[in-house]
Order: sequence, then structure tokens, then C-alpha cells
Amino acid sequence: MSDNKKWYQKGLRDGIPIALGYFAVSFTLGIIAKKAGLSPVQAGVAAALTNASAGGYAGFTLIAANAGYWEMALTQLIVNARYLLMSCALSQKLSPETSILHRMLVAFDVTDEIFGISVSVPGSLNPFYNYGAMTVAIPGWALGAFFGVVTGNLLPAPLVSALSVGLYGMFLAIIIPPARKNRVIAGLVVLSMVLSFLFAKLPVLCGISSGMRVIILTVVISLGAAILFPVKEEGDDAA
Amino acid sequence: MRHSVFLYILVMAVVTYLIRVLPLTLIRKKITNKTLRSFLHYVPYVTLAVMTFPAILEATNSIWSGLAALVAGVLLAYFGVSLFGVAVCSCLVVLLLELFL
Repeated sequence: MSDNKKWYQKGLRDGIPIALGYFAVSFTLGIIAKKAGLSPVQAGVAAALTNASAGGYAGFTLIAANAGYWEMALTQLIVNARYLLMSCALSQKLSPETSILHRMLVAFDVTDEIFGISVSVPGSLNPFYNYGAMTVAIPGWALGAFFGVVTGNLLPAPLVSALSVGLYGMFLAIIIPPARKNRVIAGLVVLSMVLSFLFAKLPVLCGISSGMRVIILTVVISLGAAILFPVKEEGDDAA
Repeated sequence: MRHSVFLYILVMAVVTYLIRVLPLTLIRKKITNKTLRSFLHYVPYVTLAVMTFPAILEATNSIWSGLAALVAGVLLAYFGVSLFGVAVCSCLVVLLLELFL
């Protein structure tokens, strides 16, 4: 019992920088929602129910274009497909005894950032860690979209700029320490960044959307690494 | 014809949730296949690295403040600064650079 409480509090603490970053990113999402004709409440509800940046962006753009529902469903599937990979990885991080209800609740907020902090806890993942993070992250995300619609472009540009980089700082805090200890992971991090850069800049390849780029590179690089450098047992070097 | 915003949001929410909930509820055992397990072990590092770069350069108003945030973030994380510390410091680097340069 007290163990759950401890994990919940740790989740809350780690969730705070996520919530701040979310507020800034979601704020810009709200500006797009406003252009699509959504009310502040609609944008806030959409954000709270989806918890997805690229998904939200694509969704609001489609609403603005008066697209069909099937087109909306298919786009959401493609843009958010990386969460499928993340959920597969998280399924291994939870203890096999974790109940279906806990799994369903954790699934509600599998985002890039919450996935990132979830895989970085030592040992098995306690769902209460995620609940702690979700307690601050979801309101941060929803309120950002809400106020984005209400105020439009009022937040000063350097502030938005600064806050939106916080999420990447967090990613670095997650991947760099294990990379320091493990050469394979270090090599993978560098390779991933180089290929990601090339995919973003080279002609033809740059036509691939960023969501697809993440999926393709993640599958190819991770699979190559899995074949070349299989992990021994329940890793001591595991994230 | 105009579509309903309510239905749009419902479609977004349902599709996004299914993507997340199916693997977490259907894969309940530890995967024993070595390659598959190794694959899932590497996924987080690769995904987060791909998502960070070059996106961090485009997140800010200028490439240079983004690059400075990247360098600061890597160094701080390398020397063991906490998640919160790295996140806040990268924000501060960008804020200071963009306010004063």
C-alpha cells in the first residue's frame, strides 16, 4: 500500500516537468484548434481524451478541412502508430501479475514522455507511478489546449520556445545515462540521431511524415540491434 | 455536409486509445523470444533519440538556441543531473539565449 503511495508521489514529481512542457506544446495546439473552429471546451476535451501531440495536430487540421470520419480514423492510426510500439515495450515493463484494469488505465496516457519516464524506472513498472504522472500531465495538456483557444497568440514567443524544448531535455536525461554505461546503446543513440537527421533533410526521404519516420527508424534500427546484439537475461543494463 | 465536432473527437479518442490499450492488455506474459525481447529493449532508446533529433533544432525560434539546448542537455544528463534538472536547464538556456542574443 505505502509502496503504491511512494510510486504515485514519484510519478507526480517526474510528471511536473512533463506537465509544464505539455502546457506549452498544447497551447500551440489550441491555436490550431481555434482555427479549426473548436470552442475552448471542445479543444480541452479532445486533448484530455487523446493526449497526443501529432494526433491532435492532424485531427484539428482534418476538422478544419471537414474531412470524413474514416479519413480521421486512418490518419489517427498512422500518426499515432508509434504508441503501438511503446505499448508493446511497456507490456514487458509491467509485472505479468498486473491486472487488466491497471493495464487499461496505464494505456490511457502512453505518450512519448510518459513512456520515456516509465521505461527509466528500475525494475518492474508500478502502475501508480503512471497515475502520479498522469495526474499532472493530463490537466497540463488539456488546459494548454483550452487556453490556447481562449487567448490565441498571447504567450510571448521566447517563452513558448523555451518551454517546448523542455520535453527534449527530458528525453536526453532518459537516454544519455544508459548510453554512458553501455556502448551498444550509445552507438544506437548516435546512429538513430544521424539517420533521423538524414531522413528529415534528404530529398525524397524528407517527404515521409515525422510520425512515419519515427516508426520506420525505430523498427529498423531496433531490429538490427536485436539481431546483432541480443540482450542476455533480464538486463542489469536494462532501462 | 458539415461533420459533427463531437463525432470527430470521439473517433480521435477511440482510435488513439485502441492503439495504446491493445498491446498492454493482450501481451500479458513476459516475451521469451530472445530477438523480440531484445528488440523491445532497444525500442525506447531508439525512439527517443529519433524524436529528439533533429526536432529539437526546430522546436525553438532559432536553430542555435535549439542546438545549445541539445548540447547542454547531453552534458548535464551525462554528468547525472536529474530528469527535472535537465529539462529546466535546457529551457533556461533557450530563454536566456533568445532574450539576450
